[in-house]
Amino acid sequence: MKGGFLTNGYGPILIVVAALAVLPFGFSANTTLNFLGFVLIVTLAAQGWNLLAGYGGQFSFGHAAFFGMGAYAIALAQVRFGLNPWLALPLAISLGALTGTILGYLSFRARLRGSYFALVTLAFAEVFRILANASAFTGGAAGVLIPLRIEAANFQFADKRSFYWLALSFVAFVLLLTHWIARSRFGAYLVAVRENEDAARALGVDALAVKLKAITLSGGITAAAGSLYAQKFLYIDANLAFGPWISVEALLAPIIGGIGTVFGPLAGAVLLLGLGEITKTFFTWLLGGALPGIDLVVFGVLLILCVAFAPRGVIGLLRRLAPSFRGGRA
Amino acid sequence: MSTETLLRCTGVTKRFGGLVAVDDASLDVEAGSITGLIGPNGAGKTTFFTVIAGFAEPTAGSVTFRGQDITALPAHRRAEIGIARTFQIVQPFAGLSVRENIAVGAYLRHPGREAALARAENIAQRLGLGPMLDQSAGDLTVAGRKRLEMARALATEPSLLLLDEVLAGLNPSEIRDMIPVVRAIRDSGVTILIVEHVMQAVMQLCDTVAVLAQGRMIAKGRPAEVASDPKVIEAYLGHGAAKRMQAQQGDSHA
Repeated sequence: MKGGFLTNGYGPILIVVAALAVLPFGFSANTTLNFLGFVLIVTLAAQGWNLLAGYGGQFSFGHAAFFGMGAYAIALAQVRFGLNPWLALPLAISLGALTGTILGYLSFRARLRGSYFALVTLAFAEVFRILANASAFTGGAAGVLIPLRIEAANFQFADKRSFYWLALSFVAFVLLLTHWIARSRFGAYLVAVRENEDAARALGVDALAVKLKAITLSGGITAAAGSLYAQKFLYIDANLAFGPWISVEALLAPIIGGIGTVFGPLAGAVLLLGLGEITKTFFTWLLGGALPGIDLVVFGVLLILCVAFAPRGVIGLLRRLAPSFRGGRA
Repeated sequence: MSTETLLRCTGVTKRFGGLVAVDDASLDVEAGSITGLIGPNGAGKTTFFTVIAGFAEPTAGSVTFRGQDITALPAHRRAEIGIARTFQIVQPFAGLSVRENIAVGAYLRHPGREAALARAENIAQRLGLGPMLDQSAGDLTVAGRKRLEMARALATEPSLLLLDEVLAGLNPSEIRDMIPVVRAIRDSGVTILIVEHVMQAVMQLCDTVAVLAQGRMIAKGRPAEVASDPKVIEAYLGHGAAKRMQAQQGDSHA
């Protein structure tokens, strides 16, 4: 009965992914591909945040901690230990997941919720940033430069499209994973904890275990984004990897796109970064020079518009305007 | 008729700083019964209930379920072994539909989505929530929310159901509708411990009633016995009330 390809939610995901996959044939300029690849990295980081905060209600303000962990792990594994980046990638993801478990254990066991939890995550990210900036092992303030050796076997691609498709496959995997989770018992428990932790406990939900599982997955996903970032730009420093910019984008994208929805992070990242880029280009054309920070103004305006007119984000707005549009809702 | 004691509370004491909310209270709940826990405001009923449900640990005393000591067992583990509770102040998952709310409980015994949703629908029908399955839980009336509380708890397929004032806040006709629902739950094989203020319901529903006053268990017995117990009347109406009532009754007989 239920479970048809188009109605069980997997259909729309495959259609969107297929559409994104053919995009590079239409926009082959290097700058465009660079930009699209960057959008996917932010999407991936945001998907990690969305799983923990959107579904689980645990609002992190420091997902840079996971992002940076992934970025530094894959970079240092190559530079310090000569490890192949493909082997370093699962290591980096595991390290991000482990960071999630530890951070979660420390804060959830202490029953931190809401803004207290947000502040603790922010503190972790900042401590990591300062340590990475100070330690010789992480290259200090000079950062880490991954030596250029363009080979697919070395996770560096001559064709920009290869990287784009790789990043897309990560995003696609997490889209499917998120949708699957949303329809599973774990997903139901996660949402129950978000809605009312005491009521969930009374129904047999081990709230601590559920939250730990969520933050572990979330940390792993966002660390994967950090790893991709390091491999794309082949250079990271403390501010790029652990800086507040990624914490903010990882949470702004789902909030604007639609918090606690499968497509929210993707929709939000496209809108956020797309409008940011258009504005930057427009002002450069208008003033004959770059206007630094103008994209941040756009982010702010978008957030205000979203909070005022579309509290459930773009996906929520679409659902309201076209009730038949389900957009992969659980 | 031989009965098995499902739940046994022995010498339960709960102190909050200098305040003794529950003082050496003991209570047995027989399998298959509806046991009422009543008492005037501030008697410690809710605290006692919270200890039984595993949301607070007692300062002293023990709680056993089927002979197993569960005093320190966390709330979610109690649900697993078959103890479910409702909340006096209803706690719906407001952002979810009625169906999804009940399914969270059903997932405990039915890990698969289809099975859990089917189970949720079945329980909703039983509790008269059938027409509201796809409604948001936040949009339910007070009576609807009380039913949802019970439905969710029942979905965990408990052998002991703890009801915390499920009738409070309902109007007389809603209470009349609810009494057969509670009775039907017992008849389906679920033992019930009910904390309640609405006396008419307690008298109609309960096989045994325990009375808590100022943290102490002052009376236990069949509803009619307890209602005429002078200690109980005094606990509710104040010192000397029992005598005055007897005197009045004597006058009207004369």
